[in-house]
Amino acid sequence: MSGVEVKPGRRVVGSDLARHDAIEKVAGRTVYAADFALPGMLHARLKRSDYAHAKLTRVDTTAAEALDGVVAVYTAADVPRNTVWVDVPGQTLEVGALKARSNVLADGVVRYHGEPIALVAAESDDAALAALDAIEVDYEPLPVVDDAERALDPEAPQIHESGNLLAHWELEEGDAEAGIASAAAVVEDEYRTQFIDHAYLEPEAGVSWRDTDGVITIRAATQVVEHFRDVARILDLPDNKVRLITPYVGGGFGGKEDMTVEPYLGIVVALTGRPARMVWSRQESLQARQNRHAVRMRYRTGADADGRLVAMDVDILSDGGAYALLSALVLLYSTTCAAGPYRCPNVRIRARTVYTNHTPCSAMRGFGGMQVALGYEGQMDRLAAELGVDPLELRRRNFVERGDTLPIGQPLETTVELPALIEAVTERLEPPPEPSAPRRAVGRGFACNLQPYGRCVWLNDWSSAWIGFELDGTLVIRIAVPDIGGGQASSLIQIASEVLGVAPERITIHIGDSALNPLTGTTTATRQLYMSGNAVLKAARDLREQLAGVAAELLEVEPEQVEFGAEGVSVAGGERSLEFRELLAACASVDVSWHVHATYRAPKGVPWQADESWRGRVFPDFTYGCHAADVEVDLDSGQTRVLRYVAGHDVGQTINPQSVEGQIEGGVAMGLGYALSERLVFDEAQNLTGSFAQYLIPTAVEVPEIDTVVLESGEGMGPFNARGIGEPPIGPPAPAVAAAIRDAIGARLTELPFTPERVAAAVRAREEDADAEG
Amino acid sequence: MTVRFTLNGEPQRCEVPPHWTLLRMLRDAAGHTDAKHGCGEGVCGACAVFLDGIAVNSCSVLAPQVEGATVETVGGLDRDGDLHPLQAELVASGGVQCGFCTPGMVISGIEAVRLGAAGSEAEIRHSLAGNLCRCTGYGKIVAAVGAYRDGEATGVDGDGVRTTDGAPGAAPAPEVGIGP
Ligand code: FES
Ligand code: FES
Repeated sequence: MSGVEVKPGRRVVGSDLARHDAIEKVAGRTVYAADFALPGMLHARLKRSDYAHAKLTRVDTTAAEALDGVVAVYTAADVPRNTVWVDVPGQTLEVGALKARSNVLADGVVRYHGEPIALVAAESDDAALAALDAIEVDYEPLPVVDDAERALDPEAPQIHESGNLLAHWELEEGDAEAGIASAAAVVEDEYRTQFIDHAYLEPEAGVSWRDTDGVITIRAATQVVEHFRDVARILDLPDNKVRLITPYVGGGFGGKEDMTVEPYLGIVVALTGRPARMVWSRQESLQARQNRHAVRMRYRTGADADGRLVAMDVDILSDGGAYALLSALVLLYSTTCAAGPYRCPNVRIRARTVYTNHTPCSAMRGFGGMQVALGYEGQMDRLAAELGVDPLELRRRNFVERGDTLPIGQPLETTVELPALIEAVTERLEPPPEPSAPRRAVGRGFACNLQPYGRCVWLNDWSSAWIGFELDGTLVIRIAVPDIGGGQASSLIQIASEVLGVAPERITIHIGDSALNPLTGTTTATRQLYMSGNAVLKAARDLREQLAGVAAELLEVEPEQVEFGAEGVSVAGGERSLEFRELLAACASVDVSWHVHATYRAPKGVPWQADESWRGRVFPDFTYGCHAADVEVDLDSGQTRVLRYVAGHDVGQTINPQSVEGQIEGGVAMGLGYALSERLVFDEAQNLTGSFAQYLIPTAVEVPEIDTVVLESGEGMGPFNARGIGEPPIGPPAPAVAAAIRDAIGARLTELPFTPERVAAAVRAREEDADAEG
Repeated sequence: MTVRFTLNGEPQRCEVPPHWTLLRMLRDAAGHTDAKHGCGEGVCGACAVFLDGIAVNSCSVLAPQVEGATVETVGGLDRDGDLHPLQAELVASGGVQCGFCTPGMVISGIEAVRLGAAGSEAEIRHSLAGNLCRCTGYGKIVAAVGAYRDGEATGVDGDGVRTTDGAPGAAPAPEVGIGP
């Protein structure tokens, strides 16, 4: 329980309002992407590569096409424009383009296991499956690159003509070498993180059809409704001939940020004229969709005798997989966040991401800002041990504060409540429990982090919303926001209700439709509450002002004296009042409309150039956190159980406490999976993890009780001074668990995940050392 | 082949190939999409339904096996439009985010209480271990099952919008408009 209360003078912001979508979902009435059907629709499936790197010497579809029920089999040559461009997804045009390209269908070469080669459309799903088997593909295997270090070897096979270096960022502030030389204590280590999958419960899915006026319409599970433009580009159609609808999505976490089924659904309907459905299997979802980057980080950190950081030297190498997608941006987040929430005068960061034949990597919750937490927090713990200082005290001495800048020149303009978070989290802890059996050890660890919310400032991000009354006094919100489960839509109802007084159950929100609702940008980058929330807040305030003027005339008061309530407007605490219905009629007679369209614009900035001298603002703002974990380690099996977990974040202002707690609890659970069990396993770039029986996300048994600490500093750039909370909780769990295991067994683990094998090996090595010494 | 069974109290007749699973028959032949396809191999629990009163993963049951049987899905649990008490608890506790695991969680939660396998928090967690959720971290779902168990024990059932610890009850559902 967070203990958040509704503030005096507020009606619904800050209250545990039940989510309208939860009622539909719990009753089984929500029509998810795969639940939708159209008469006569075709069933589409993808033929995927069996090889991680190979030339396609022959792709023969004749036998497949001849099968009963098979309508069409398409290969690269059939796709109007076979390139998927990943510039900057969203509503921003041509700013800071990444120019990352991949193929809709493989064109002569496959570069990862599971890359799509052919697209089948059939009268039934069984016929589509039979067709996949009947497509004949001859491969000429090419040498595989399955290691990021090796990818940079000049002798390594080149995966793309441009070479294997996909992107790099360099940054030097002060003189890191001199700083290290002058430091009283220097610690150095290497940290490794693994590939993981988003593993949302809803596999990728959608349905497409040709609508009035030839508009190709795709209803699909996506985080980015603006992908309609990317589909138009592939189909060689004008942007306004493609429409994307996103129903309530069964989880995203970044995995539905790049396109998944959208291009294929577009192709089938464009080329056959018939509606189509495509649903990916769990195996496809796990093996062939983009992952979280595996990263190797080398840190050298130096501090003076008082434990103040004097220098940090960081080298980051990330495995981007076979295609670029969003890797360059993900790496930029790593670079910006690599020093953590700490002040340090001399910093050098060198970050590179490379092509390999692994499944492409791209966005996932935390987006490069989270992997580095294992590095910077691991270093703080090492430094604390080296200097004999309490790890939390060492952190306190080094936290950034408002008015500081991060090494990249990013100004911190809002309060940094990390000391208060440490205090609040520590207060919730109980004395560590005794081990439950002999040969078990318990330990406690802490970790802090920072994570940006909102997109890079040079993307000129904006969000729009439309709000209007209906004649019966109910309210309608129209906004193309994709709701991926975080309460994106219901929070907007809460914000509109707060400003306009209309009861939440009298508000209907129409979401996720690129043609009929104002575009509001992607549900990514922890931007949706921040951006859409501000757009709805602005629209609601504009509408209130518009109506207050008319009401003031009728009630013979000043507009500021008009109060908005559930049924209508009033003055002087209800002495005189008007129902919304009456007020709207009055508006009509004086030509004042009862709807508005409003746009919120994020702060702007200058694009980061990949040279060392660039300095400036990268993000609007950050959310900070402090977590604590108690673990018990079985010293023989190496099994680590998390006994108790406390997670604290400053969210500025809570809109819905349950949604905030839900984001924190869900982020922690995902972070614990990252720490302890999850990993995609490759053998020579063949992805071996194609099932939930092999890819282990935590169950209710592994996830402990999570105690959330929600701090409200009243400072943030979102509506009512909220900060974003979608991604921030994913960062601290891995370093907190690492610290807790170290506390329990006396050995440091630096490679994720901390599986029983690795923990047991660390215990054995430690015990052998002790024996040798003893 | 023809499979006849009772679905949420109504007689149902489906023409399906014999290799189809119960899940596929429900979704693609009977038009009931409330049971979800999360993995198709018996691991995630999103497809759980009651088969002759016992919770099963419908992706792991073949369609012909339900000939003559009674099947109940999450969509059949509400009574006269009121949510089932566990459904109401899940809404009130905030245990629903993306909602894709929710149908299975409801079925497994009811089953756990029915079998007396929800006595403690740890027992509830074990009972739900066959249902994966990627959004919530499980705590609010576990709490909802506990509150439902307590309600069943005291017989304080009521109107389907009972509340937990002073949290406001479920608001009536507004219309949800999301295009076709
Ligand atoms: S779909 Fe049946 S258990 Fe996952
Ligand atoms: S609520 Fe999304 S999987 Fe459980």
